[in-house]
Amino acid sequence: MGRKTPLYDLHVAQGARMVDFGGWDMPVNYGSQIEEHHHVRRDAGMFDVSHMCVVDLRGVATRGFLSRLVANDVGKLRSTGKALYSCMLNATGGVIDDLIIYFLTESHFRVVVNAGTRDNDLAWMRRCAADWGLDVEIIERTDLAMIAVQGPKARAAVAELLEPQDRERALLLEPFFGLECGAWFVARTGYTGEDGFEVVIPAAEAASVWKALNAAGVASCGLGARDTLRLEAGMNLYGNDMDESRHPLESGLAWTVAFEPTDRDFVGRAALEAIRQSGGSPMKLVGLVLEERGVLRSHQKVIVPGVGEGEVTSGTFSPTLERSIAFARVPRATGETVQVDIRGKLLAARVVKLPFVRHGRALISL
Amino acid sequence: MSQVLADLRYAKSHEWARSLPDGRIEVGITDHAQHALGDLVFVDVPQVGTALEVGGACAVVESVKAASDVYSPVAGTVVEVNDALSGSPELINEDCYGKGWLYRVQPASSSGLDALLDANAYSAVLAAEGG
Repeated sequence: MGRKTPLYDLHVAQGARMVDFGGWDMPVNYGSQIEEHHHVRRDAGMFDVSHMCVVDLRGVATRGFLSRLVANDVGKLRSTGKALYSCMLNATGGVIDDLIIYFLTESHFRVVVNAGTRDNDLAWMRRCAADWGLDVEIIERTDLAMIAVQGPKARAAVAELLEPQDRERALLLEPFFGLECGAWFVARTGYTGEDGFEVVIPAAEAASVWKALNAAGVASCGLGARDTLRLEAGMNLYGNDMDESRHPLESGLAWTVAFEPTDRDFVGRAALEAIRQSGGSPMKLVGLVLEERGVLRSHQKVIVPGVGEGEVTSGTFSPTLERSIAFARVPRATGETVQVDIRGKLLAARVVKLPFVRHGRALISL
Repeated sequence: MSQVLADLRYAKSHEWARSLPDGRIEVGITDHAQHALGDLVFVDVPQVGTALEVGGACAVVESVKAASDVYSPVAGTVVEVNDALSGSPELINEDCYGKGWLYRVQPASSSGLDALLDANAYSAVLAAEGG
């Protein structure tokens, strides 16, 4: 048996099919994964993401600590509540994890890390703080639950559950900002390509909040739909699209690495600088649309005639596009078309700019 | 609980077989299988004329989650495939024992189904798997 979130019993009671995800027993769907996917694109759906780990970093040294710890620049975090997406790298530039950092106060930053990497992340953070002689309190918030409410009607549904004095402030939040509302933390972030809130609440309140959102018309959705939604939205999944052996420049994450200011010495910087000085990463991550019938899956071989080979890192059937889509790591010189080896057959796929879908609309031509 | 029809025969690998009045055998995947796979999005059936052996991988059914091989429960030659599945693979989720059939074979021998499980035996397999 795996670890359980505060919502486990409710998922089972709602008929969820439970699967192991990073050592956690999580709902993969409550019936139809495709219907759950469409609910989020067209209306509102919610995901239990309590398996992800909220880490509070406290102390006046926190900003300096984070500016060395992660590849994006926390110097961009100047407004209260602002969020920053970043990779945390090892010395060779490999991705230890991708995470979101919220700036709450100068002595309190909140970080959300992946479920499968949480123990490793915490150990790495503690080791870095000790090595650098920085006095940062690193607090794993196992007392909290997290629900991602996503879709065009998601924010209004969450706002109804807030105290009147918080409601308007929450609805005025700009994208990628969060707000403390009493014991709750509400952020306009997500992993679906739709508008919505991610809500961090005391674990004891999780089941009642989930039921109240159900009553407000928000559909219970599983990790299956979360995966098809994030793929359509062009968002990476740790462990599939990048890991400790892959650096951001070959993982579609160059935009998250802040080389400026040049004197900010973050872990992995020297390795990434060396790649840039040698002419850039030989591989890149691209989007693929399968031109024939079939389904792209991770680890399928990609053949780029005259150039070389690559590999699908994440693939699925896109419910919105009704086509198979994928991310693939391919040679930098890859052009507009490739072939993918699906059970011994070579099928044609087109290279496209990510994302595939945003705010319910296809962004690629079919 | 998964639906198991009394008048069909089954393989442990979750395929069903039905004897048709003209002697041919119709093959599909069971309710348990379609439920475990989730929403089906792609089906690759064998070509007409293909010779199948018992237990040989002969088709692929793919859901949003995963690809899964289908193993032929009978030996014989494929004489007809369900063309409707190429545009509507969800027929397997909606009606796995009816409109969601995969293919029909002319069996290699007249005793082709005797080695397969009956409904009671297949139900016991499901109970043992916890499903």
